[in-house]
Amino acid sequence: MGRRAAVASSLSSALIVGLVVWFFWRAPNGANVRHFFLDPHSFWINLTGDPSRSLFSILRCFETNVWMFMLCEVLVLIFGLGLAWLRLSRTPILAPLRVASAIYTDVFRGIPIILVLFAVGYGVPGMQAGWISQRTPITYACATLVITYSAYVAEVYRAGMNSVPNGQVMAAKSLGLSDVQTMRRVILPQAIRNVIPPLLNDFISLQKDTALVGTLGIVEANQAAHVFGSMEFNYTGYTVAALLFLALTIPMTRYTDHLIAKDRRRRLAGGAA
Amino acid sequence: MSTVISAQNVRKRFGDHEVLRGISVDLAEHEVVCLIGASGSGKSTLLRCLNLLETIDEGDIVFRGQSLTDARIDPNLVRRHISIVFQAFNLFPHLSVLDNVMLGPVRALGRPRDEVKAEAMQLLERIGLAQRALEFPDRLSGGQQQRVAIVRSLAMKPDVLLLDEVTSALDPTLVGEVLDLLTDLARGGTTMLIATHEMNFARNVADRVIFLHDGEIVESGTPQQIFDQPRDAATAAFLSRVN
Repeated sequence: MGRRAAVASSLSSALIVGLVVWFFWRAPNGANVRHFFLDPHSFWINLTGDPSRSLFSILRCFETNVWMFMLCEVLVLIFGLGLAWLRLSRTPILAPLRVASAIYTDVFRGIPIILVLFAVGYGVPGMQAGWISQRTPITYACATLVITYSAYVAEVYRAGMNSVPNGQVMAAKSLGLSDVQTMRRVILPQAIRNVIPPLLNDFISLQKDTALVGTLGIVEANQAAHVFGSMEFNYTGYTVAALLFLALTIPMTRYTDHLIAKDRRRRLAGGAA
Repeated sequence: MSTVISAQNVRKRFGDHEVLRGISVDLAEHEVVCLIGASGSGKSTLLRCLNLLETIDEGDIVFRGQSLTDARIDPNLVRRHISIVFQAFNLFPHLSVLDNVMLGPVRALGRPRDEVKAEAMQLLERIGLAQRALEFPDRLSGGQQQRVAIVRSLAMKPDVLLLDEVTSALDPTLVGEVLDLLTDLARGGTTMLIATHEMNFARNVADRVIFLHDGEIVESGTPQQIFDQPRDAATAAFLSRVN
């Protein structure tokens, strides 16, 4: 970028940011909104918590979100792969499972996750079906995230597997590799490399959707902010929760973009063969 | 000489189009047979049918006396004995040259890595690429990639090597090195069925040349007979076009 262009873009950025801030600052009820959403004192209490007033530390509650998505990510990767594999298998005996996998991905990509959360979180315990109905809310929440996101991730995997040229499969077969070996040694390594950026994209969504599980009474960051809001009549907690989510997702978003750009360069450089 | 593999009255249809219309070919031990004919004449399809990458509609494929159309035959086992090399190389881009060569023997045959590695290095030595063993295929030229692909098939120690227009995707300057390797293999006694457009190569290397036209074998004989005294008008017309 030339010097003039740099100066011009800095000036226009400053101008636009300034205008936005000015608009909200000068809004007729701006001071009121600032009090409700950006109160420094509430901000601090939300961050650290106050046991004497039964107020949660959102930072501590956020740990729940973090370990939930870490656990769910691993399970989603495994379960989604299984779904995609079934869907692409050509073994006649697996035909019913292939259809089931197709229906599964259609259904769970089509239902809003909050509805699945209700169905699993209230429906399964309500059935009184023994062990499976006696799990903790957080188990049902994780199950919901895994069930829903596996459907998305299965489609990502499937796209990746389809992107591997047929010649690779033929070469693997002509070496006498079995179907499973062909998948494991030839298709998957190439497919996964192709779909890492979209996979990370889904994981960013998964991280954010851990904020929904509070509806089952689990005290995670969003729910803690909700509790604070209803007790103190101040919503700064939501701002705190939002900032915590951003602190987690922005590095991942940047990293994903970096991978996409790198992959693009690699393809452009080596695209000839 | 015993017959290694034979196609017996093989028919193959893709939709309404019959690509192979009753093809019968025998390939004897150590024999080198070249398949010639225009694009679309059925050369590639025949090769793919022979190692069961395509199913056939009628006829039979017999490998060492065993029918391969038998439903109890595991195609993966068959393909360990009948290896094919493709026009587009189809090397595995995520594996090093050495790992490309080792994959089949180690995974499909379950042989010990050390032993396979020594053999693979010998094969790479033979084509002068031993020092590139740890590089990835996209670092090699087309001719080098195709030679690696041939060696990858050889590492399986197949009974028959099928070659599907292996020089057609190559820059003309790189064709020679691949044909030299094939000539070398032919002299060493590798049983090969070679679909090719390289008529000089066919003339010099083949024990027998088969001319395919519209899914049928029009003419088959020694290179001298086919190239110098073609009996069929279609053969003559084809040869006059390519020469």
